[in-house]
Amino acid sequence: MATFGSLSDRLTATFRNLRTKGKLSPADVDGTVREIRRALLDADVALEVVKDFTGRVRERALSDEVSKALNPAQQVVQIVNEELIGILGGQQRRLEFAKKPPTVIMLAGLQGAGKTTLAGKLAKWLKKEGHTPMLIAADLQRPNAVTQLQVVGEQAGVPVWAPEPGNGVGNPVKVAKDGVKEAERSQHDTVIVDTAGRLGIDAELMKQASDIRKAVDPDEVLFVIDAMIGQDAVQTARAFQEGVEFTGVVLSKLDGDARGGAALSVASVTGRPIMFASTGEGLDDFEPFYPDRMASRILDLGDILTLIEQAQSAFDEDEARRTAEKFATDSFTLDDFLQQMQQLKNMGSIKGMLGMLPGARGMREQLENFDEREITRTEAIIRSMTKAERTNTKLLNGSRRLRIAKGSGMTVTDVNALVTRFEQAAKMMKTVAKGGVPQVPGMGPIPGASYAGKRKQQAAKKSKSGNPAKRAAENAALAAGGKAPGASASGGSGFGLGGTKTPAGGAPSEEELAALQKMLGRR
Amino acid sequence: MASFSLGGALRGMFARRTIDDETWTDLEDALIGADFGPDVTDQIVEELRGKVARFRTTDPKDLQRMLRETIEERLARLDPTLTLSARPAVVLVVGVNGVGKTTTIGKFAKFLTNYGRTVVVGAADTFRAAAVEQLATWAERAGAQVVRPQQAGQDPASVAFQTVEKAQRDGIEIVLIDTAGRLQTKSGLMDELGKVRRVVEKLEPVAEVLLVLDATTGQNGLNQAEAFVQHAGVTGLVLTKLDGSAKGGFVLAVQEKTGIPIKLIGQGEGIGDLTGFSPSAFAQQLVG
Repeated sequence: MATFGSLSDRLTATFRNLRTKGKLSPADVDGTVREIRRALLDADVALEVVKDFTGRVRERALSDEVSKALNPAQQVVQIVNEELIGILGGQQRRLEFAKKPPTVIMLAGLQGAGKTTLAGKLAKWLKKEGHTPMLIAADLQRPNAVTQLQVVGEQAGVPVWAPEPGNGVGNPVKVAKDGVKEAERSQHDTVIVDTAGRLGIDAELMKQASDIRKAVDPDEVLFVIDAMIGQDAVQTARAFQEGVEFTGVVLSKLDGDARGGAALSVASVTGRPIMFASTGEGLDDFEPFYPDRMASRILDLGDILTLIEQAQSAFDEDEARRTAEKFATDSFTLDDFLQQMQQLKNMGSIKGMLGMLPGARGMREQLENFDEREITRTEAIIRSMTKAERTNTKLLNGSRRLRIAKGSGMTVTDVNALVTRFEQAAKMMKTVAKGGVPQVPGMGPIPGASYAGKRKQQAAKKSKSGNPAKRAAENAALAAGGKAPGASASGGSGFGLGGTKTPAGGAPSEEELAALQKMLGRR
Repeated sequence: MASFSLGGALRGMFARRTIDDETWTDLEDALIGADFGPDVTDQIVEELRGKVARFRTTDPKDLQRMLRETIEERLARLDPTLTLSARPAVVLVVGVNGVGKTTTIGKFAKFLTNYGRTVVVGAADTFRAAAVEQLATWAERAGAQVVRPQQAGQDPASVAFQTVEKAQRDGIEIVLIDTAGRLQTKSGLMDELGKVRRVVEKLEPVAEVLLVLDATTGQNGLNQAEAFVQHAGVTGLVLTKLDGSAKGGFVLAVQEKTGIPIKLIGQGEGIGDLTGFSPSAFAQQLVG
C-alpha cells in the first residue's frame, strides 16, 4: 500500500540530484521543474493544475528566498511541499451538521466511483461517532444497487430506507424526499442519500441529481471520486459542481498503488476540500483526509500523524499502564505478551500502517511479502501453553515444547524462537525498569520514563530475527529517525503508549515510531 | 456516439492556417488531456514533427490526418479478434473495483445471444454485496443462464468450476465468469484469480481472459494491466465508459507495453452498448 508511490519516487529521485548541489542555478531549477512536471503528469494531476504548479515553483525557486539559503535543495522541497498543500485544498474541514436534525448528506459521482460502499463506511463511521444515521437508497438505476445498499447497511448496523426495488423502477427524487421525512419521524440525526452513478455529460441524469438536491436540501453534498481517475477528473468535477454544487470531495480506492493526482487537483479546480479518504474494501477502511499529511506523503516524508492517531485509538491506556507496572515488578508474562498482540491487531492492517511510514517506499516489496498471519501463529503457540507455562517460561522443557508445537500446528523450532524472543524482551525490560538504557539500534533517548519500559520491550521482541520484513522495518525505523523532524511539526505524544501521561511537549517521537516499526516487523 | 472525441481540444488547432509552435503545444496538451501520458505523448509529437518536416507541409489538415494515421497504426498492430471457437468457450472477466465488469458481462452476453449463441454466466463475485443479484438481472435481460453461488461467500473458484461444469453438461456454447473487483496491489486477491483460472482449466482451457479498464482511469491503467497480465494471463482488454468525457488514451500505452489487444469497447449503460474494437473507427472518433 504505497499510495502515491510513483510520484513520491519520482520527486525523491529529483531531489536526490538536487541535494548534491551546494547552490541552485536557474538551469537546476528548470531541470527540477521539468521532472516535477513529468512526475505530476505521470501521477495524473490535471494538466492545467500542473502548469500552474510548476510555474509557481519555478518562480519561487528562482526568487531570493532560495538563492540566499544555506541548503537550496531543502528550500525547493519546502516550496514544493507548500504548493502541494495548496493544491490539496489547504486546510481540512469537518462535516457540518445541521442545527436542526436530521443532517442530510448526499453522495454523487461517476459510475463505479464507490458511492454505495462509501455510504456504508460513512454510516458506520457516523455511528461510531455517536450519531444515529439512516441510509436512503436513491440509486434506482444500476441493477440491484438497492440490494447492495441494504446489505451494506446491515453490515454497518444502520437502517436503510428503500421503498423502491430499483432496477430502473421508481422515482429517486421522491424516494429521497420521503426518506428524509421518515428520518425526521423516526428521529435519526443523520441521513445519507446514495444516488445513482452518472456521467458529467449526461444532462438528463445531472438534472435528476440536481432535483434530488433541491428536494432534500442537503447540508453536505459529497462528490465521490476514484483516486485512479485520469485527466478527465477536472472536467467531471466541474460538471458535478455545476450540477449538484457539491460541498466536499471523497477520494476512494486510495489503497491502490500510486497516483491520486488528478483527484487531488479536483480540490484546487473546484475549491472544494477533500474531506475523506476511502482506503480499502472493509467498512472500517475510511478516514478523514488531511491535505498537509498527504503532501508529506507525496514527498516521501510518510504519513506519520495518521499513523500515530491510529495507534492511539487502538491502544488501551489502562492496559498500557498495567503493562508498565508489570515491567517494573518483573511479572510480565506470555499472557501479557499475547494481550498486547491482540491490541496491535485492533490497529488494523499492519501493512497499511507500515505503508504510512517514511522511507517505506523502498520496502514495498517486503511489505507485500510480510505475512500478517505471523501474529496468528504466535497467538496459536501461546494459546497452546498451560497457564503455568505462560507465567513461567522456565517450565518449558523438551516434551512440553513438543506438545505445544503439536497443539499449535507449529514446529518446536518456532516455539523455541518465540520463547527466546520473549525472554530477551523480558530481560531488556528489567534493565529499563531499573533505569538502565538497553542497546537498541535506531532509538534515541526515551521521553517519559514510566512508559519507556513498555516501548523497549516491544522493540526488543523483534530485534532478533533475520526475517526480511523485519529488517526492512528496522531500516525504515532508521530512515524515520533521520527524516521525520521536518514532517511532524505538530507532533502528538506519539503512539498511544503514554497518551495522557507523557507530556506532549513537542516530542514528535521518532524513537517511538522506531519502536513501533520494530514491533510491527516481528511478532 | 463520438463523445470521446478529442474534437473540442483539437478543433482550434486544426482550424488555424499554418502549423506553428502553438499548434504543437496544443497538440501536446490535447494528448496529455486525453490520458495518453507524457511518454506516449512525447513519442507521438516527435513522430509527427518528423513527418511534418519530411513532407514539408504547413497545413493543419495534413497534421490531423497524420495524427489519425499514427494512432490508428499504433492501435492496429495487434489483432482485436476474440477467440471463442472452443466449446464451451470459457471467458474470465477481471478488473479493479468499479470499472464495469458485471455490466460488461451483461452486455457481452447479449452481444453473444444476438448472434444465436447460448450463454451461461457464473457469478463468481461472491465478495461484493449484491453483485450476484446484479449479474442475475443482467443475465435475465440478455437471455443467458446464470450459475449462482450456493451460499454467501463461497469460494469463487468453485462457482467458476460449477459454471463450466454446467456448460459441459447442458451443451452451452459460451461461459462468462464474473469475478470480484480487486485492486492490483492486493497480492492475496490477485493470487485468487490465478486459482480461479487453474481450477477452471481442470475442466476446460480458458479461451479468453478479458481485463476491463475504465476509460476515466489515468496512468494507473498501466499498472493495473501489468499486474493482471502477470497474475491472470489476460488475453484481451475491454475499455468501458467511453460514453463520458474521458478518452481512455492510456490504452495505447497499455496495448504497447503488454502486447495485449483491445477487443471490446463499452459506451453506455444500455444492454446494446458494447461493440467490437476497430482501430480505424476508434482513431477516427478520437481525432475526427
